[in-house]
Amino acid sequence: MPFDEPAIAELVCPAGTPAALRTAVDAGADAVYCGFQNETNARNFPGLNFTPEELEASVAYAHDRGAKVLLALNTYPPAGRFALWRDAADTGARLGVDAFIVADIGVAAHIARAHPGKRLHLSVQAAASSPEAIRYYCNEFGVRRVVLPRILTIPEIRKIKREIPCEIETFIFGNHGLMVEGRCSLTNYATGCSTNMDGVCSPAADVEYAREEDGSLSTRLGAFTIDRFGPGDTAGYPTICKGRYLAPARPEGYYAFEEPVSLNLSQLLPELIDAGVNAFKIEGRQRSRSYIRTVVSTFRDAVDDIRAGVLPDMADLLALTEGQKQTQGAFETKKWR
Amino acid sequence: MTMAHPTPPPPRQGGLALRLIGVVPPVLMQPALGRIVRRIAALHPSIFQRLGDCRSATFVIEPRDMGFALVLRPDPANPQLRAVKRDAIPDHRARISGDFLTLLALVDAGADGDALFFSRDLTVSGDTEAVVRLRNALDDVEGSIAGDAAALFGPPGQFLLSRLRDAAANVTPKEGPHAI
Repeated sequence: MPFDEPAIAELVCPAGTPAALRTAVDAGADAVYCGFQNETNARNFPGLNFTPEELEASVAYAHDRGAKVLLALNTYPPAGRFALWRDAADTGARLGVDAFIVADIGVAAHIARAHPGKRLHLSVQAAASSPEAIRYYCNEFGVRRVVLPRILTIPEIRKIKREIPCEIETFIFGNHGLMVEGRCSLTNYATGCSTNMDGVCSPAADVEYAREEDGSLSTRLGAFTIDRFGPGDTAGYPTICKGRYLAPARPEGYYAFEEPVSLNLSQLLPELIDAGVNAFKIEGRQRSRSYIRTVVSTFRDAVDDIRAGVLPDMADLLALTEGQKQTQGAFETKKWR
Repeated sequence: MTMAHPTPPPPRQGGLALRLIGVVPPVLMQPALGRIVRRIAALHPSIFQRLGDCRSATFVIEPRDMGFALVLRPDPANPQLRAVKRDAIPDHRARISGDFLTLLALVDAGADGDALFFSRDLTVSGDTEAVVRLRNALDDVEGSIAGDAAALFGPPGQFLLSRLRDAAANVTPKEGPHAI
């Protein structure tokens, strides 16, 4: 389980619960990322995530099977609350996690200073998409890997790789997040909760689903109706960025930001490896063990085939995608819509 | 920009087992449901930690193709699960609706709740946070809640579950988005 050599097509998988972590490891994850039950990570959902005791047992389970555990501390501490993030980092280090996924420079600086032997991965929440920004994190905090925003083409990734001194991790499946992550304040505007500081986008307490008499489904977030699905329509997550809105120029309603659709780069894995991507990330800490088992095992087989020089025969994952639609997004072209 | 279901659902297997469950009067289900919920609570106490303040909430689980609904109150001191007629559903904090086999697949760790929501095979109403807490609490249970429940009733329970699993296989994501 060495973390000294640059990774080659490492499969980084999500876990929202200890059972999901064990499922991911058993399905072939090289590394599993997870978070504590508080605002220190960007999936601070009710009933999700790990207690310190659960994380300790999970680290042991993963390490016994040759898998790594990455702790997400990828939110931004508000003024006066840094102790929560500092304590989470110190607890994670004590429990033996293999790396921290961070976005805030204060959190990065604390870990670099207090736990110099631990790897730092730069979260997508840091939205570092230029060689200059990435090099800054590498030089100042010793960041060893950057998780790139989902807005870059493969040629752009190839070019960035030549100009940075760290590994690259890209998302290959799950949420097609195109907002400038770490800067998005849409949820804050609608609910008062901050995705970036409270760790929750569209908090469930503010989400309401209303089934209308005609069988349509309205989704509300706070005081706003953000979409209405017809009786036969597929649905998406209740996030403002995936909502459909009326505007004077589009009176029929339209997706102003992005559509309910999932990223699926299963057909681009060889090109990503060739471009210098070291690790593939699967999104979905909020998803079930069933999702984890299916998606992780599918990509495990694909990566193993590629490593063996065989073209992978990918199973259909459309059923697990948001809105039952998938895209290669900017990785294929910046004109994906 | 949304997509309608392009193909009709395939025929289901295990119809006899489904019909059998459908004709049992709710009052006759109560002893079995009581045993099930107490057994699950005893086997998996970590569920209650994840439920937080929703431990005192009343959930309605509504198999739309059956004549009854299930009422769950996951109080660790006195967990309750009972069946009621669909026209006698009590006040509740959250409601989860779907076909019986869809709901079975969820508690059998054989389907993804978000995917079933996307496909509109699962609907929720009421307190969304309570639903999310319940979903995450149940998904952290190792193995299968349905399996644990069936084991209570020996070989007949296992046989019934195996027949229902055959039918519920059609609702797993691997079978495609329009399988149910």
